Amino acid sequence: MNNPAAADYAIQTRDLSLWYGNFQALNNVTLDIKHGAITSLIGPSGCGKTTLLRCFNRINERYGSVRTSGEIRILGRNIYDEDVSLIELRRFVGMVFQRPNPLPLSIYENIVFGLRLHSERRALTRADLDAAVEGALTEVGLWASVRDRLDRSALDLQLDEQQKLCIARLLPLKPEVILMDEPCSALDAEATRAIEELLFGLRGRYSIVIVTHNMAQARRASDECFLMLMGELIEHGATESLFTSPKDARTLNYLEGRFG
Amino acid sequence: MTSLAENKKAGAKAGDVPALFARTDLGRRRERAERTAQAALSGMALLVIIPLALIIIYLIVEAWPLLSLDFLLESPRRGMREGGVWPALLGTVYLVLMSLAVAAPIGILAAVYLHEYADDSAFTRAVQLAVVNLAGVPSIVHALFGLGAFVVFAGIGRSILAASLTLAIMTLPVIIASTREALASVPRSFREACWNVGATRWQTIRHVVLPNSISGILTGVILQVSRAAGETAPVMFTGAVFYKAVRDGDLFAYGLLDQCMALSMHLFTVSTQVPDVPEALPYATAVVLLFTVLAVNAFAIALRVYLRSRKRW
Repeated sequence: MNNPAAADYAIQTRDLSLWYGNFQALNNVTLDIKHGAITSLIGPSGCGKTTLLRCFNRINERYGSVRTSGEIRILGRNIYDEDVSLIELRRFVGMVFQRPNPLPLSIYENIVFGLRLHSERRALTRADLDAAVEGALTEVGLWASVRDRLDRSALDLQLDEQQKLCIARLLPLKPEVILMDEPCSALDAEATRAIEELLFGLRGRYSIVIVTHNMAQARRASDECFLMLMGELIEHGATESLFTSPKDARTLNYLEGRFG
Repeated sequence: MTSLAENKKAGAKAGDVPALFARTDLGRRRERAERTAQAALSGMALLVIIPLALIIIYLIVEAWPLLSLDFLLESPRRGMREGGVWPALLGTVYLVLMSLAVAAPIGILAAVYLHEYADDSAFTRAVQLAVVNLAGVPSIVHALFGLGAFVVFAGIGRSILAASLTLAIMTLPVIIASTREALASVPRSFREACWNVGATRWQTIRHVVLPNSISGILTGVILQVSRAAGETAPVMFTGAVFYKAVRDGDLFAYGLLDQCMALSMHLFTVSTQVPDVPEALPYATAVVLLFTVLAVNAFAIALRVYLRSRKRW
């Protein structure tokens, strides 16, 4: 840990810029995301919030050619360092997507999928796996409803259960940061509320970054909020103060729905 | 375009209100055009079936006097004028299996690389270009290439091995294309799910992509059997012979470096090269070739249905 403030922050970026070909998607983004908090990224479509989210586990690099400059530190560690392993990084910084994307496997196998990837085959006993499944499903509140059908296909679950499963799938890997890319936009109001409650339950143990274009959700469910416009960070602060007394005129315009 | 209300008003003035939703003249013409189009299109679709049905019926009728199990399992006798097709059938099976044994692994693995690993670079574009153009090379050119490269240059000589390699090169581009299609049908979200728990590309491919595309890949490969079995020129130049004595019904009659008979070439021989062949003989040979291929295709379809049924998305 070569950064004195590192203990407080899960994610820090310094002058982060990113280009897709000639298109600059992020422009000198500098931010600090608090440890153990729920942080929301809001902004209109195409403002770069998903791109920024995908920087935090360098998954951007799997989506084609991107060029980045600047610095990203996760738990104080520069993730562009030579000896950073991408598979280890992604193990500790997991992502949840807009459409729930359970793998076409059983519920059980979905949960232990990550463990199997990161362990020697012989190192895992059945008891370890069972415990991991029960722990993860309990943490997301699915255990009671699926404990009797763990061997059924995860694709038979309802959409909100699938999304919970996708969150649970990350937990056996003991992640530090959970990135969520509009995790509720495919869900109805009831399911959205359930996921938000789940987020509150996970707060403290994990640092959660959630991208949303639903401002009500950002306001309800996050501690800190960042507003982005056209690849730039416009304003950030505690969610409540950003919504009630924005400092930047553009923030006010956006919050009042004048654009975006 | 008049609205219903305007219609009514105009009608009221003229004294005759058209019934609600009544057919108009234009509507009648549109419905007629619709019927014509449907008839024409379904007619064309029917036309596709007719040649296949006619070919099969015609062949079977002409070949009928000779069709028997003995015809399958015996060697030709009296200079091809009697006996069966066993050495040719066996030769075709050897050639096809050998060529797939070479082409399938190379083609599938190359396609996996192209689809799952390669970015858009000069190298991958060159590979793409090669695949597309290889698919367009006429089989007679493959034959000449096989003769030059495998038989002469590599010194393998005219043999099952040389002929299989030639067929393998011929089927390779199509296997690559069909494999890529099968890989593309696996939803991207499955891959994203893997990457974001720290799976390497290979783990993603092995645990998720291949299990979910294997049915498409295998059917693509198996459908190449019919092409490999039917080609005459490539095997004629590189390993198939006019006649080869083989014990009737012997499954292991050929070695890798032997020359062999092949159904396609045998059909050519008995149709054009041998005088006084009984009329039914070429047809019977054609029936054996056709049904060998159809049987393989039927197997491919059954396999696809079976593997599809185990897939859960």
